[in-house]
Amino acid sequence: MASSLRRLISWEGLLLLILLVVVAFNAAFTPVYLGVNNQVNLFQLSIEKIIVALVMAFIIINGEIDLSVASVMGLAACVLAYLFNQGVAMPLAVLGALGAGALCGAFNGFWVAYVGVPSLAVTLAGLIGYRGAARILLEDTSISGFPEWFNTLGQQPWLGPLPFALVLFFVLYLVALVVLNFSGIGRLVYVVGNNREVARYSGVRVPRLKLGLFIASGLVAALAGVLLAARLGAVRGNTADGFELDIITMVLLGGVSIFGGTGNLFGVGLAILIILNLRNGMSLVNITGNTQTGVVGVLLILSVLLPNLVQDVRAVLQRRRAQRKEVTRA
Amino acid sequence: MSWIKRSIRPEQLRELSLVALIIVALLIFGTQIENFLSARTFNRIASSVAIVGVVAVGQTLVVLTRNIDLSVGSIVGFSAYFVGMQLNGNPELPPLMAVLLACGVGALLGLVNGVLVAYGRVPSIITTLGTLAIFRMILVNYSDAKTVTTDMVPPWVPGLAQEALFSLGEFNLRPMVAVAIAVVLVFQLVLVYTQFGRRLYAIGSNPEAARFVGLPGRRIVLLAFVICGALAGLAGFMFLSRFGNITVVAGQGLELQSVAAVVVGGVNTFGGSGSVVGALLGAFLIDLLGQGLIRWLGISEFWRDAILGLLILLAVASDAVILNWLRRLWAPNELKTRTTSEAAPTPKESSHGV
Repeated sequence: MASSLRRLISWEGLLLLILLVVVAFNAAFTPVYLGVNNQVNLFQLSIEKIIVALVMAFIIINGEIDLSVASVMGLAACVLAYLFNQGVAMPLAVLGALGAGALCGAFNGFWVAYVGVPSLAVTLAGLIGYRGAARILLEDTSISGFPEWFNTLGQQPWLGPLPFALVLFFVLYLVALVVLNFSGIGRLVYVVGNNREVARYSGVRVPRLKLGLFIASGLVAALAGVLLAARLGAVRGNTADGFELDIITMVLLGGVSIFGGTGNLFGVGLAILIILNLRNGMSLVNITGNTQTGVVGVLLILSVLLPNLVQDVRAVLQRRRAQRKEVTRA
Repeated sequence: MSWIKRSIRPEQLRELSLVALIIVALLIFGTQIENFLSARTFNRIASSVAIVGVVAVGQTLVVLTRNIDLSVGSIVGFSAYFVGMQLNGNPELPPLMAVLLACGVGALLGLVNGVLVAYGRVPSIITTLGTLAIFRMILVNYSDAKTVTTDMVPPWVPGLAQEALFSLGEFNLRPMVAVAIAVVLVFQLVLVYTQFGRRLYAIGSNPEAARFVGLPGRRIVLLAFVICGALAGLAGFMFLSRFGNITVVAGQGLELQSVAAVVVGGVNTFGGSGSVVGALLGAFLIDLLGQGLIRWLGISEFWRDAILGLLILLAVASDAVILNWLRRLWAPNELKTRTTSEAAPTPKESSHGV
């Protein structure tokens, strides 16, 4: 336990170090970087992704994965736009979008928790299928012209310089932190992620927990989709396409194991800051989207590779030391 | 009943049921849609399945070892663009060299994946999610926003996708389709009859046991990724030949299509069971249903993805439910026969597919 605790602390220390390096680099290269406007903007541009990353952390700690979140975001935005286009009042359309997201989550959760299909396969089907449903709704049209208050909510500052979505993110982060670290549900998420069988024999209702987590994932993804629609002011069939890479990268870079059972939201928070600042810094020096995504990919691989290499080197050194001892004793 | 149980394993039922499904779909579409069972439909489906099929063969090898390769779409795009540019700069390049070049580039990228997964111990889903973005980044920077167009490559390249190797009435066997069929046959034989093939299954069904027996697990996984990359490179060449115009987004989405084909084709995502022929049948069924349903129901192209998603879900769900039930049905029989004959095949672990 002590050793794993030490490793966790050092992992977050490493993340903090990377973050400081990124921030220092950015500040040195571009003067506008540290301004309040840019700092808010940096969050604002990826706000939907980082909201979904919070719930993704729960899913991955629980030993599952949800590849369908970006498609659920897109589907929710399309349901919203479709209902609005049909003359439904905006608040009801938002409820409809959230309902659609929860339904998608419940659908994923049902197959994973009660039928026992691997979540990788279920949510891969969801990734394709929900995106297909979104395309059916809007075909190749783009819908905009949402009510003034809706666009304002997505685009204008709401509390001081902070937009609504950013305030919502901080609130959700605190809620997630409390639930994961200080509640019974949070403990169960870790226990099931560590060993599903042991949890089951200990009387944990594993299927119900997993179903609940997937519903939460769908609901939060739908919320993020609605926020994205408000920020962009327009919705198309391919809205939020490909966001899952960034979302999963944030969680894994934050030290959450893909096999479940370990990781926490402090690490995920630091990883979010690293990725946002890195992307922002690259944008400020005119590095384009594809290269940014590639750099995030490198970071994702290194985040797992480096600890492994350190471990290998340590093992080799230990063996050498042991051999030397043998030799001197002989 | 017992002779059925002895001669067929539950895993093989999967391929038989795919064939049955394809026949049923052909019958329904054939009677309901005018001119469906025509040479045109066949040629269209064959050339689009050829590319996905070749990628799916490589994906099968990787999935058999309990891994996944999400970077194949980017490998296809990169090799298509790279070979297109080489042919543009050097039109005298012999066809065989061009194909080998495509495979070589793909194998090199596959090697990167393989080293990271097998020797760096980075889980394959993380590695290939990363390289999916990295390979695409390399392509974007290498291409410098230029596009390969049909008139930049020698005329024999697009010709490979259009001319017929031989024709039976109006049914054309295009070189591309022939290559895809050859690849499937070769790798089916490799999986069934070679040491390498059997080891892929061994590692996928139980990595720990494979290690204790002394199988070189790392090298085998590495090789699976290299072959997967090489086949994606070959598919990249076919992509260039079929479409002619290669932009930086070429091949995007092939990773999902290939995984879909593999999953529908009955390859277990937890490794250890499935076949290359199954993956090809999966790719064929997906394309057939996509084309058929859209024409039959008179629905728009936009339904394609929704149908595909549902199909994958049904395939994996039936895998989890029906196959496990079948295995339970099979198992006692085998336990009985084992006492009388030593030749009975060993039952699969019941935990598989759950």
